[in-house]
Amino acid sequence: MADLSIDFCGIRSPNPFWLASAPPTNTGDQVMRAFDAGWGGAVWKTLGNPIVNVTSRFGGIDYGNTRLMGLNNVELITDRPLEVNFREMREVKKRFPKHTLVASLMVETKEEWREIIQRSEDAGADLLELNFGCPHGMCERGMGSAVGAEPKVLEEIARWAVAFARVPVIVKLTPNVGDILEPGEAAVRAGVPALSLINTVKSIMGVDLDRMVPLPRVGDASTNGGYCGPAVKPIALHLLSQLARHPQCGKLAISGIGGISNWRDAAEFIALGATSVQVCTAVMHHGFRIVEDMLEGLSDFLDEKGMSSVAELRGRAVPAYREWGELDLSYKLVADINPDTCIGCQLCYVACMDGSHQCIHLPGRTEEQSRQAGHTHLPQHVPERAVTAAAGTPGARVPFVDEEECVGCNLCQLVCPVPGCITMEEVSTGRPPESWNDRIAQGKSYVPGGLEATEAARRRNR
Amino acid sequence: MREGDAKRWALPPNRAEEGFEDKKPLYTPAEALAEANRCLYCSGAPCIQACPTGIDVPTFIRKIGTGNLKGAARTILSANLLGQSCAQVCPVEVLCAGSCVYTGWGREPIAIGRLQRYAVENTLASHPAIFQAKPPTGKRIALVGSGPASIAAAGLLALEGHTCLIYERKALPGGLNTLGIAPYKLKGQEALRELEWVLSLGRIEVRTGIEVVETATGPGQVSTTELLASHDAVFLGLGLGADARLGIPGEQGEGVQGATHLIERLKTEPGLTLEGVRRALVIGGGNTALDIAHELALLGVEVAMVYRRSEQEMGGYVHELDAARLDGVRLLENRQPVEILREDGRVVAMRLAFLAEGKPLPGAGETLPTDLVAVAIGQERATQVARAFAGVVLDERGRVKVDPLTHRTGNPKVWSGGDCVNGGKEVVNAVAEAKLAVRDIQRYLAGE
Repeated sequence: MADLSIDFCGIRSPNPFWLASAPPTNTGDQVMRAFDAGWGGAVWKTLGNPIVNVTSRFGGIDYGNTRLMGLNNVELITDRPLEVNFREMREVKKRFPKHTLVASLMVETKEEWREIIQRSEDAGADLLELNFGCPHGMCERGMGSAVGAEPKVLEEIARWAVAFARVPVIVKLTPNVGDILEPGEAAVRAGVPALSLINTVKSIMGVDLDRMVPLPRVGDASTNGGYCGPAVKPIALHLLSQLARHPQCGKLAISGIGGISNWRDAAEFIALGATSVQVCTAVMHHGFRIVEDMLEGLSDFLDEKGMSSVAELRGRAVPAYREWGELDLSYKLVADINPDTCIGCQLCYVACMDGSHQCIHLPGRTEEQSRQAGHTHLPQHVPERAVTAAAGTPGARVPFVDEEECVGCNLCQLVCPVPGCITMEEVSTGRPPESWNDRIAQGKSYVPGGLEATEAARRRNR
Repeated sequence: MREGDAKRWALPPNRAEEGFEDKKPLYTPAEALAEANRCLYCSGAPCIQACPTGIDVPTFIRKIGTGNLKGAARTILSANLLGQSCAQVCPVEVLCAGSCVYTGWGREPIAIGRLQRYAVENTLASHPAIFQAKPPTGKRIALVGSGPASIAAAGLLALEGHTCLIYERKALPGGLNTLGIAPYKLKGQEALRELEWVLSLGRIEVRTGIEVVETATGPGQVSTTELLASHDAVFLGLGLGADARLGIPGEQGEGVQGATHLIERLKTEPGLTLEGVRRALVIGGGNTALDIAHELALLGVEVAMVYRRSEQEMGGYVHELDAARLDGVRLLENRQPVEILREDGRVVAMRLAFLAEGKPLPGAGETLPTDLVAVAIGQERATQVARAFAGVVLDERGRVKVDPLTHRTGNPKVWSGGDCVNGGKEVVNAVAEAKLAVRDIQRYLAGE
C-alpha cells in the first residue's frame, strides 16, 4: 500500500486531500466531520473583517444531463465573528492534531495582517494561506484578486506575512491575470515557501432571460462571480504546469485547486507538480463522503504504477510539457474506425465534414454524391461496411477514414460515443523527429508573425 | 380550437375506455429533458429512415433538449400532421426506436414516441397556431371517410389553401383513431382533440352521417357522380370494413363479437359493462387480436388467445404480446375454433381442434369454457364505396389500386390512401400515403 502522507513545505499531512477555503470549511463542526470522513487537511474559510453576504450567491451550469459542470459564487469571506472562528479552530486542532489546519487570511493593513497572523497561529494553524485570489466583492475593497493581479502589492504583503509568521505561508493565486508567472515570481521574491492555485475565474453564470438579469440574481441585479468546478480544471492544470516548470516557482510546494472531483483529477494535478490538492465544488455537490473513493483510488493507482508514495508521483508529467515549437512535426496519427463496435451514429462523419478536414466518407455514395456532400478529395475505394455491432442498426453504415487525408486531429474520436471504437493509430512518416524550432534553426521555416519575427527567432536559435 | 365542434363530438361519459390508464403517460419536463439529453443526435439517423413519414427525429429531440419545444413540435408536425396520435399509437419498438443506434450498442433506445408526445401535446395545448394556411385557392376537395389518411390529407390540403369536405358515414369522425385504438394508447377524446386541431388549420368541413354511394336514394346519402362533379379532386380514405367471421356453428347470436366492433363499443358506449363475462377467448394472432385480448384482461376478464399457428408465426408484434402477457393474457397456439357451444342461447364454451403446422390433427381437440368470443381474424374490405367511383380498380384482395408514387387511382380525379390501400397498416403509414397523394393532388390542381 502506497504511503499517502505528504510533506508540504515541512508540514506533514496524512494525505494530500484538503478542503479548499470555502463554504465547506465555514465552521469547526464541518471541518471535524470532514476529518472524520478522511480528509487530510482543511483550509478554513477566509478570515478577515466579517462581511455581510447577499442572496442568492451561487449559480450553476448544467451540461446535458450533468448538473453543476461549473459553479460560480459571489459569496465573500467569513461572515462570522473572528473569535468564534478562532475558538473553533483551536477545538479542531486539539481533536485532530495530526491533520493539517490552514488559515486562509484576507485583511487590508499591515497591522491587521500582523494581528490576524498571530491570532491564527495561536489558534493552531499549521499553515497560513494568503487569499490573493477572490475575484468578487473583496477585490473592490482592494483585497483578493486585486492583490493577486498586482505583483508589487502581492510581494509587499507576502513579505509582511513571512516576517510576521512562525509557520509557513502559502500565497493563493488568481487565474484572472495575463501571465501567472508574474504573481508567482513576486511570491518567490517575497520568500514564501508555497503557492496554491487557482482561485476562481471571473464569470457571469448566465442570464435570466425572463427578468433580463444576469445570474446569480440578487434582486434585480447581479455581478460577476468566481467560476469553479469541473469546467475550470483544464485552466487550473495549465497554470499549475506553468509554475511547476518555472525554475524558482517550481521549487515551492504547490497546492493544486480547480475542479478536482475525484482521485484521477488529483493524480493529474500531482503529476503536474502539486503536492496537495484542495477540493471544494465536488464537496458542495456530493458532500465530504467523496474522499473515501479519492483515498482508495489514489492509493490503488500508486500501487499499480509501482509508486510507494505521493511524492514519487509529484511532477512526473512536468517534463513532458513543451512549448509548441519543441513538438515533433514528424509524428503522425490517423483515425481508425472499428466496424465491429461502430453503432452507425455517424457523428464522426458530420464532425469531420463540418468541423475538421472532410476525410471521413460514407459508403454507398457515387463520386457525384460525395462531391455534393462537400468532399474535395476522394479515396480510390470506400468499402461498403454495414454496422455489425450486436443487435445491429438497420440502415446504419460504418463511416470510412481516408488515411491519406486524415490529419490525425482527434475530433472523430472525441465525438464518438462508443469508447474504443475510434482509435488513433501511429503511422510512420519515414521522417526523423523534427520540431519547428529545429526547422527554424536550420533556416527551413519561418515563424508566423512576419519576417521580423522570423529573423528574431533565427537569431535566438543561432 | 373550435369549442363548439369539440362539444358536438364529445364522447359520452361512463365509457369503459375511461378506466384504462395510459401505458406511456405524458412525460414531466424533467423526464423529457433527461431522455432528450440521452439522444446522440446522430447524423443521417436510422430512426428517420425507419419512420414512414420521415420525421427528423434527432432534430426534434435536440430541440426538446434546448427548451425549444415549439420548434420540436414544428419539426414533427411538418413531417407528420398526426404527430400527436402517432406518438401514442406508433409501434416505435419496431420503427424509430427499434432502429435507434443504442439498440446496436445493447442499450435502451431513446423513448422517441414519448418525447414526440411531450413536444406535440404541450405545444398544441399552448400554441396551437403554429402553421398558417395559404390564401384560399377556391378549389374544393372531397375526402371520403374521416380516418387518419383523410384527416392528414385534409390538413395538408387546407394548409395549401384548398377547401376540404370530409364525408363520414358514422356519427363520430376520426375513424380508427377515434374508434379503434387500444384505449391504453390513445383515448377517443384525445383523437378528437387532435382532429379538432387539424380542422383549425384551415377550411375543413366534416359532414358526419353522410354515406357516399353509387346511387343516392335519400337524405344522408351522396352519390359518387355528384361528389366528383362538385369537387376538384376526391381522396378515398375508406379504411376497412366489418370484422370477418369464423363461419362455424354457434357463431350467430349474443356472446360472439367482432374484435373491432367490441373495441369500438368499449371506446364509445356509455355504461358498457362486461357483466357476467368472466372468461373470454380471442380468436386470431394479429395486432387487433392482441389489442382486444389486452383490453379485456385489463378489464379483469380471464383471456386466452386462440391462434392456429405457433407463437413465432404470429402476425402481432412481439412487444405487444409481451405486454399483454404481463397483464394476464394467455396464448393457446396451434388451435382452431370448431364450434361455439351455447346453453339457453348463452355462450358457454368453445370446441377447438389441435393443429400441427397449420393442419388439423385428427381427433385431437379440447373444449374450453368461455363467456365471450372475440373474433379478430381480419376485416372485410370497404370495397363497395370504392367500386362506385368510375375507373377506381381493386386488386384481388379487395384493396384500392393506386400508383405507389402518387397514390392516384384509375380515376384521374381520385386518390386514395390508408388501410383501404395497404390492407391494414399503422396510422403513420396512412399519414405517409396521404402525403404522397396530397403532393400529387397539388400537381394536378396546379395543372402540371
